Amino acid sequence: MERDQLRGMVRDLLLARRFEERAGQAYSEGEFGGFLHLYPGEEAVAVGVLHAAEPSDYVVSTYREHVHALVKGVPPGRVMAELYGRRDGCSGGMGGSMHLFDRERRFMGGYAIVGETFPVAIGIAYGIVMRKLSEAVICFFGEGAANQGTFHESLNMAALWRLPVLFVCENNRYQIGTEVHRQSALPEIHKRACAYGMPGENADGMDVLAVHEVAQRMLRGIRAGQGPQLLELNTYRFRGHSMADAGAYRSRAEVESYKRTGPLQRVEQDLVAPVDRLTGSSIALDQTTMQQLRDEVEQIVEAAVAFAEASPAPALSDAWDALDANRRHETLVRPEPRHG
Amino acid sequence: MAEKLAYWQALNYALDAEMAGDDSVFVLGEDVGLYGGAYRVTEGLYAKYGEWRVRDTPISENSFTGLGVGAAMIGLRPVVEIMTTNFSLLALDAIINMAAKIPFMSGGQFGMPLVVRMPGGVAKSLAAQHSQRLEHTLMNVPGLRIAVPATPQDAYWQLRQAIASDDCIVLLEHELLYGEKGEVDLQAASPPMHQAVVRRTGRDLTIVAYSRMANLAQEAADVLAGEGLDAEVIDLRSLQPIDWDLCEKSLRKTRHLLIVEEDCRFAGAGAEIAATLTERCFDVLAAAPLRLGGLGLPTPFNAALEAVSIPQVDDIVEAARQLSRSPRGT
Repeated sequence: MERDQLRGMVRDLLLARRFEERAGQAYSEGEFGGFLHLYPGEEAVAVGVLHAAEPSDYVVSTYREHVHALVKGVPPGRVMAELYGRRDGCSGGMGGSMHLFDRERRFMGGYAIVGETFPVAIGIAYGIVMRKLSEAVICFFGEGAANQGTFHESLNMAALWRLPVLFVCENNRYQIGTEVHRQSALPEIHKRACAYGMPGENADGMDVLAVHEVAQRMLRGIRAGQGPQLLELNTYRFRGHSMADAGAYRSRAEVESYKRTGPLQRVEQDLVAPVDRLTGSSIALDQTTMQQLRDEVEQIVEAAVAFAEASPAPALSDAWDALDANRRHETLVRPEPRHG
Repeated sequence: MAEKLAYWQALNYALDAEMAGDDSVFVLGEDVGLYGGAYRVTEGLYAKYGEWRVRDTPISENSFTGLGVGAAMIGLRPVVEIMTTNFSLLALDAIINMAAKIPFMSGGQFGMPLVVRMPGGVAKSLAAQHSQRLEHTLMNVPGLRIAVPATPQDAYWQLRQAIASDDCIVLLEHELLYGEKGEVDLQAASPPMHQAVVRRTGRDLTIVAYSRMANLAQEAADVLAGEGLDAEVIDLRSLQPIDWDLCEKSLRKTRHLLIVEEDCRFAGAGAEIAATLTERCFDVLAAAPLRLGGLGLPTPFNAALEAVSIPQVDDIVEAARQLSRSPRGT
């Protein structure tokens, strides 16, 4: 671990927290509607894993994916504009909060049907193998998704054909309001990997350095052709499942106890104790640096909001263009009247 | 140039031609490889192209169809074979929620050069779980295009066009057509994938049909000709989009519309065809459009009952007679 690398991760932790809080504020003020699933509490997962990824790696994510997109490099303004449903959003205003896409940055989508990330990930990985490349696919999912058929179907195929996928379980313990012990016979999701002859590990998903270290090691093996692996990261979401969630299913004391040892708190209190790889001395960030980073992300997030607010709404013709984008070279019938 | 091929062979030739021409084309599904395909469509391809391009899958319809979606997103051209239409119910999340929506939800960033082939229809005493038609469901999904080849030539053309397309194409094949033979010209230029065709010209009524029912409609038209009733037969070849212009042109001539579908009549493809053509041609119609379709029953196993549950040639003939006798039918 080097100081610049740590600084980058801490910056992204702060950006993730501030972006989501600001998005929640805009939502509450009625700037946009729909479902909004926020990430506070889980930041170390996206930041630790994606700082271990290469730009050439693909990311497939769920409906709680704003931060995965941001850390993968999708510009914050384009993400915020998508939440606002605007034309300059990363999906042109056609996808919204749950369906962020950025082809250029290999952000392969947010999927809002639980369990869809698995088949998409193995399909991309299948293509990588066909093309004999040393790229990897990072497939995020929640612990609730591990009970969908696609989890079992896709992990089986991934292992059978040794596809380069890192399956990352964000175990925040709750599928909306149902706690993991009430939904899973085997709540330790990483243990399920052995059913497919696949290595599975878990790590503290609140410790960004621990996440980064294990993800880096696993991705190295995956890129070397060792086949897929499953990483379970134990985390917690501080807010409701979505903005509509009153949170009656868990106690305030439980939420507060997790907040006291959240991913940002650990960095701020030097609990993660980063050391320089060569010298072994502490590289914890001082208060001045932390304040600089806070100021920096504040500016980035406010600029993102300004960008979103300035972006026009898409027109109906933009919707038809999105649908027709891939058929421009084809004659469908005879020159046809549009969408009869 | 033309040679006589069975429908399954024509599909096999189309796959072979596209796979030979483009390394990004690959086939996957249950028993498509070593076994050669439940209806022989992939016969010989495993030996020729190897297991990565002709992939035998586990019985995991939703995930192997979704695998096709992911592969298509990075520019490969997967051809997914779902062993029968009935099993596609397990893959509808991949088809409807993913393949049909990703290009749109991404604002047009991603193409979906995915082909999903599925044999379906009523065959021979396969019982209710293996005799379904699902076009009504798929037609109602924006983002999907549906080709329904009725002849070996169209099977060859439309599969090749489907593989070349950057959109998701569902190819609905009929299980009773695989063994049917017809002339296939491998060199001839193809019409657009979704263009309908007039199989027989006539002046007294228009029969609109698709897939196997288009062939039955032609047989019926021959019988009707002996009775002095001159039927025009349109094979739609595609259910999404539908070539309305060709249908309208025919109706403005014949003023009588008979629609024949194998799917259950209630809320089936025929309902859409009747409604749209009535909207477009109400001013010239001499009678209300008549729909002939499957009964609202799960398909019975008993062969005689199975036969009466879907339109037969005699039923089409009788419906045409009835339509021509209708009060406003002059």
